[in-house]
Amino acid sequence: MERIPILKMGEFLLVSIQVDMHDRLALALQEDLTNRISETSARGVLIDISSLEIVDSFIGRMISNIAAMARVMDAETVVVGMRPAVAITLVELGLSMPGVRTALNVEKGMDLLRTTSAKNRVARTPIHARKS
Amino acid sequence: MSKMADVIGKHQSQILNSWMQEMPASTRRTDLIGETEFRNQCAHFLVALQDGSRDSETAGDLSRPEWQQMRDLLGEISQSRVQLGFSPTQVATFVFSVKSPIFNVLRESLGNDPKVLADEIYRASLLIDELGLYTTEIFQRSREEVIRLQQQEMLELSTPVVKLWEGILALPLIGTLDSARTQIVMETLLQKIVETGSSVAIIDITGVPTVDTLVAQHLIKTVTAARLMGADCIISGIRPQIAQTIVHLGVGLGDVTTKAGLADAFLIALSRTGLAIVSKAEAV
Repeated sequence: MERIPILKMGEFLLVSIQVDMHDRLALALQEDLTNRISETSARGVLIDISSLEIVDSFIGRMISNIAAMARVMDAETVVVGMRPAVAITLVELGLSMPGVRTALNVEKGMDLLRTTSAKNRVARTPIHARKS
Repeated sequence: MSKMADVIGKHQSQILNSWMQEMPASTRRTDLIGETEFRNQCAHFLVALQDGSRDSETAGDLSRPEWQQMRDLLGEISQSRVQLGFSPTQVATFVFSVKSPIFNVLRESLGNDPKVLADEIYRASLLIDELGLYTTEIFQRSREEVIRLQQQEMLELSTPVVKLWEGILALPLIGTLDSARTQIVMETLLQKIVETGSSVAIIDITGVPTVDTLVAQHLIKTVTAARLMGADCIISGIRPQIAQTIVHLGVGLGDVTTKAGLADAFLIALSRTGLAIVSKAEAV
């Protein structure tokens, strides 16, 4: 069965969806990604959907679910490169994905992940150990 | 074969000549259309009339295939004449003016039987009235087409997306927002966001006369779609009346950033992209 590759880049995971998502593939991705986050204890996940041309309500909800799961496992998720047509479809379907962070492209998404993870790192450091 | 088609076939040149001679100058308009062209159109008209009225059963129904030639011809005549500067009344009168020569010929050939003559004249009169009205209908249809094209053009012109700065887009909206327009606005804005890689878009609604629940919903949809693509939206140009209506209607603009003026929105956009405007004195 075909699978969507999950690449490790430093402390982040990069998922690039290059094929048309069907339901089983989305479920497999959810499984794989949660496993990989726990294996690598990744700080952030970047999902690139710039090649995704067709979404339905199920795939839209899966993307939003995957992001929510990653957040529960303490990894920031950024969805990048959504096409205009896909964005319009999701809005018309009523899926506004309130909890998902978004960016225009992979580069901006990475920047966003780095800044948030830097902030979180400060927050995780015990107060007495922080530099003034 | 109907009597009218028969009579027209026999006396075609006679009808044509008397038609052209008797036509009033206001219908003829020699200043706008040349002699040969006019004569040609009249001759074609008579041929088409003969063809269409050949079968007396179907002669009264202009939508029949027998009348195809006549419909094409009338369409052509009324469109070209309107372009030349004829009024729709003049075009219709042109068709009506064929009555008198046709009635004359009918009277000559059927004069010995008054009952048949009356029937034929009544039928011919009905038919020609219908043809005349058809030209007006064509005229109106071509006008409507022009209006539709202009509307579409206005729609395209009225939604410009301008780049204010590297990474900052502005969309000044002018006029009422309906569903069709919002669709175009949304598509052009999202397309432009992709093309320019802008991370902030300012939607300025200074020129939108009223904001009701529907317009607000359209705005929120646009903002949400832009956010899904990774761009922040700021709504600016909220006039006092609009602020009042929004609150009175209980429309929640959600967590969309709103600003009173475009200038304020631009400053916010600059700070979100990590830029700031500094006066020269301070910079030194």
